[in-house]
Amino acid sequence: MSSETILKPHLKNTLRSGDILFDKRNQKIMNFKNLWAGLTKGLLHESGHEASNRYRILRRNIFILMILITIIPLIIMAVIYQHEYHSSIKQEIVIPLQTLTNKTKHTFELFFEERLSVIRFIASSYSFEELSNQKTMNRIFNVLMNEYCCLVDLGLINNKGIQLSYAGPYNFLGKDYSEQKWFQEVVVKGIYISNVFMGYRKFPHVAVAVLRRTEEGPPLILRATIDTSKFDDIIASMGLNPESDAFLISRSGIIQTSSRFYGEIMDHCPLSFPRGNYEAIVTEATDPRGREILVACAPFSSAEYSLVLVKPKSDVLHTWHTLRSRMILIFISSVALIILVVFKLTDTLVKRVKEADEKRELTYREFQHTHKLSSIGRLAAGVAHEINNPMAIINEKAGLMKDLVAYDSNFQNKEKFLGLTDSILKSVERCSAITHRLLGFARRMEVQLVELDLNELVQETLGFLEKEALYRNIELILHLADNLPRISSDRGQMQQVFLNIINNALAALEDEGEIVIASWEEDSDTVGVSIRDNGVGMSEETLKSIFDPFFSTKQENGTGLGLAITYGIVKKMGGDIKVKSKQGEGSIFTVYLPKKAKIGPGE
Amino acid sequence: MENLKILLVDDEEEFVTTLAERLELRGLQARAALNGEDALHMIEADTPQIVILDVMMPGLGGLEVLKRIKARHSQIPVILLTGRGSTKEGIKGMQLGAFDYLMKPLDIEELIKKMQEAIKSQP
Repeated sequence: MSSETILKPHLKNTLRSGDILFDKRNQKIMNFKNLWAGLTKGLLHESGHEASNRYRILRRNIFILMILITIIPLIIMAVIYQHEYHSSIKQEIVIPLQTLTNKTKHTFELFFEERLSVIRFIASSYSFEELSNQKTMNRIFNVLMNEYCCLVDLGLINNKGIQLSYAGPYNFLGKDYSEQKWFQEVVVKGIYISNVFMGYRKFPHVAVAVLRRTEEGPPLILRATIDTSKFDDIIASMGLNPESDAFLISRSGIIQTSSRFYGEIMDHCPLSFPRGNYEAIVTEATDPRGREILVACAPFSSAEYSLVLVKPKSDVLHTWHTLRSRMILIFISSVALIILVVFKLTDTLVKRVKEADEKRELTYREFQHTHKLSSIGRLAAGVAHEINNPMAIINEKAGLMKDLVAYDSNFQNKEKFLGLTDSILKSVERCSAITHRLLGFARRMEVQLVELDLNELVQETLGFLEKEALYRNIELILHLADNLPRISSDRGQMQQVFLNIINNALAALEDEGEIVIASWEEDSDTVGVSIRDNGVGMSEETLKSIFDPFFSTKQENGTGLGLAITYGIVKKMGGDIKVKSKQGEGSIFTVYLPKKAKIGPGE
Repeated sequence: MENLKILLVDDEEEFVTTLAERLELRGLQARAALNGEDALHMIEADTPQIVILDVMMPGLGGLEVLKRIKARHSQIPVILLTGRGSTKEGIKGMQLGAFDYLMKPLDIEELIKKMQEAIKSQP
């Protein structure tokens, strides 16, 4: 009743300027659409690009973080381990090297000491006169030759440096040594051990000399020459491997025993290293051949020699190197494993997050959608009910006008009048069809479940559209399952569902396109029907809003209710509807319907 | 069919009076009642041969009126008028003894046809 008064001015308006009102209505719908699109976009989804960017950043951050917290401790551990191990293994190597060098040095010193003490003993046990006697000298020399190896000769020299007696292979009798350095040294120090020198036969020798001061007369100097072949024996007894080397050098760096790698006797040693004081010192160096070596050097206390032991680093550090390369291998493979695991893990994690986000957004959108549908449904139902009554009045008034004219045989312009009333009645019919549809949208219509064959229903529905398809040269291809089980559903509403979808497909198609409709049994409870077109397709934005009420891409011609109603019906029947679309390639709508409709809540 | 006494019950005066006039033009005797109480009184005063009853009325609702008519005059056929989409009420009415239901806005020819059917189906 009140609605009538409200609507009356509009009705007047309609009579006068129906077209303008129609335009306004359209505009309002458009505005509403824009508003809705803006709102949902702001509220619900960032654009796809932004979202994917966000997940990419998330993935990157998690990946970096996980890599850092796993690999940094590993690196620290590896570095510490390497350092510790390196220093300890060095100790392990250096100590035996030192020991060996010291031991050998002692052997040498013992050797010298032995020779010296014998000579000292002779010097003390015999008098100057006895020793000056060539015969006695020969006898002593013979005894010594038997008891001690390596003696080459023995001789007595007086304090003037003149050789007084001599036993040995050469004839040095009467030779004057007073100008020689060793003589002066032995006079001052009382003892002398020479560097190795090549004798007359180019044979390495070492000379030792001892001075004894006597109570009765001038001091006597006993000089002996020692063959250095014994040195080689001592060095050989060190049991060195072929890559190692050991030799004696003099204080000035002259090699005293033959060396494997660093020159012959009397050559200058090409290596430089600190000599140390008394104990053996181990240093690292590079030899002229470019080998990394460890040099152990132990100077003698009695003679001006140093024992040098050279070992190539690669040799001594062999175990260390194998271990290190193994460690590096383990390190690299564990890093690779970590990266792989972290990558997979991050991937899964981000995927889960993304899925959860999407699910949440979907739920939210569905909620919004349901909410919107229900409020619009209520509004539509209210409007439809209110409009019904004035429509009924218009219908009767126009009907009466028509009757009056029809029963009056003398009425002027009878035909024209009848035409006018007919057009009013037709408009009323149209209006009531709209209210009917609105109510259908509100789903106030009763659902009548009947057993129906979906294939048959689809074919029936196509019957409405075949003409258009034929006219536009659109091919309709059916792939319907032969033994599709019958389903229990509402025939009229199902027809509306397929009509809406196929209509949409037709609208999306250019002339001479094709629509493929397939049906199948999805599972024991569900059947599926898909409607595919190769038309213009939809953008992602459109796809998101496609089931929203008042959303339409058909500009002037669409109410934006078709797919919303379709969605509502399918959902109400306990089914589901899915859309896939690609711009320029077409769309596919898939409807899943339960074999036995599970009627959901209304609206 | 001529001189059939019809009672139209609807709260929309404009609708019900116009409809009555149209029916009279067709040679039928149609009276209008604007609410349920009036309708029941008019039935008692001058029993019609058929009642056309709107379901949605303020005060005494259409279904209630139907029940009362059927309680006293079960022989009178009643045709219900419902709004579009309100088939639920129509079906309920038929369960209560209404002959049929029609949806507003209605087609007068269809109404007459239904009334004929209703009269014919009378014993």
